[in-house]
Amino acid sequence: MGNTMNINLKVWRQQNENTQGHFEEHKVQASPDMSFLEMFDVLNEQLIEDGKDPIAFDHDCREGICGMCSMVINGRPHGPKGGVTTCQLHMRSFQDGDTVVVEPWRANAFPVIKDLSVNRSAFDRIIASGGYVSVNTGNAVDANSILIPKEVADTAFEAATCIGCGACVSACKNASAMLFVGAKVTQLSMLPQGQSERESRVVAMVDQMDAEGFGACTNTGACAAECPKQIPLSVIANLNREYYRAKLNGK
Amino acid sequence: MGVLSFVFSSSLGRKLIMAVTGISLIAFLVVHCAINATVFFNDGGETFNVAAEFMGHNWFIRAAEIGLFVGLLWHIVQGIWLTFDNQKRRKAKYGANAGNANSKWYSRSMGLLGSIILIFLVMHLKHFWVVSRFGLPHELGHLEYASGAHLENLYIEMINVFQNPVAVIVYVLGCIGLGYHLLHGFGSAFQTLGISHKSYTPIINSIGVAFSIIVPLTFALIPVVMHLGLIK
Repeated sequence: MGNTMNINLKVWRQQNENTQGHFEEHKVQASPDMSFLEMFDVLNEQLIEDGKDPIAFDHDCREGICGMCSMVINGRPHGPKGGVTTCQLHMRSFQDGDTVVVEPWRANAFPVIKDLSVNRSAFDRIIASGGYVSVNTGNAVDANSILIPKEVADTAFEAATCIGCGACVSACKNASAMLFVGAKVTQLSMLPQGQSERESRVVAMVDQMDAEGFGACTNTGACAAECPKQIPLSVIANLNREYYRAKLNGK
Repeated sequence: MGVLSFVFSSSLGRKLIMAVTGISLIAFLVVHCAINATVFFNDGGETFNVAAEFMGHNWFIRAAEIGLFVGLLWHIVQGIWLTFDNQKRRKAKYGANAGNANSKWYSRSMGLLGSIILIFLVMHLKHFWVVSRFGLPHELGHLEYASGAHLENLYIEMINVFQNPVAVIVYVLGCIGLGYHLLHGFGSAFQTLGISHKSYTPIINSIGVAFSIIVPLTFALIPVVMHLGLIK
């Protein structure tokens, strides 16, 4: 522990969706071994002791798999490191005396609930519109009763690692959700279990994505570059293919 | 229209239109660039004027020209609309921006680059297309070559236009805009069409980079060498 770092934070404060927000400056003493969220815990303890309103931020598992943490740090979702979520970003990635700007995901489709916490229900509604497979009830079937080639399983799994955090939307200059929808459609359309809804799914999910107010994709690649799970841009090409195929078949 | 109405109503349909019209325009650039490059033969423009004569009077080319203009206008109008529509999707702007950390500036500036090309294009069509098709503001001159060919002299029109340094600068800037527009647009069009695989996408992207340098450079050299009197 020994050495502590002084961090100057510029944090976004916003009471709710309907009020104007502003940046608020705070000084925090942190250990280089703390995670970024633990640094916020320290700051919030201070704020509570001073009788002030602590900063609202989303978090849950703190081990990079739940997709709850959602901070834009110095203009980059989940901070300066590639392939990590905010909870797995450590203060050693910053220098003593750094000024760090922390903001919520910004997109019309993700309204601010409070401070750094945003409402990502739009993703839930996209999933509900088609991100599922139909299965028979009864006993669980044997794990290997449906044969899936290793290559297919690997590609589907790569897409399935999407944790739905929304970093793709926050990084995109158009606030587009194509990487998220591409990952979900790719995962389900590749597997045998996903075939019954293959065409209706992609059309329903794209329609819901458009209805939620996300922007259109212009292939800048910012989403894939900032994705903490490193979902590749090829899932968007695959989403396009799946969508055109469904449309050509009259869906 | 039925199910195909998605090309107007869905974000993926509009994206498809941008890609298809974009690839058509790339195909047009191949022909345009190849024909223009014949001025480098430095044969007093004979080869160029023969090619211009063919392009101006062949019925198939004239029909394709209508398609080209429809595609071009659709690309422009939808591009402008998409640029503004996409900007509205994030009403609250970021306080700190780090766009260069995750994407190329030209991929985020297609609307701006397209606008530069559009300004150039208006000037360019006035200089050559309106003159050769409609004889406005003046008819093209004719030229008798040693081979006996009697041709409209579009070539001398180029020489004349590029005596003006302002025109040369606008043309070179237009070509730089075109180069960066293509640098993103070429690969992006294939990605949009869903033509993407780790085996061949690097090849498409390499061709895209080469195309985005060679074609605009060839176009930009013509006004420069003509202005400097290196070809006459």
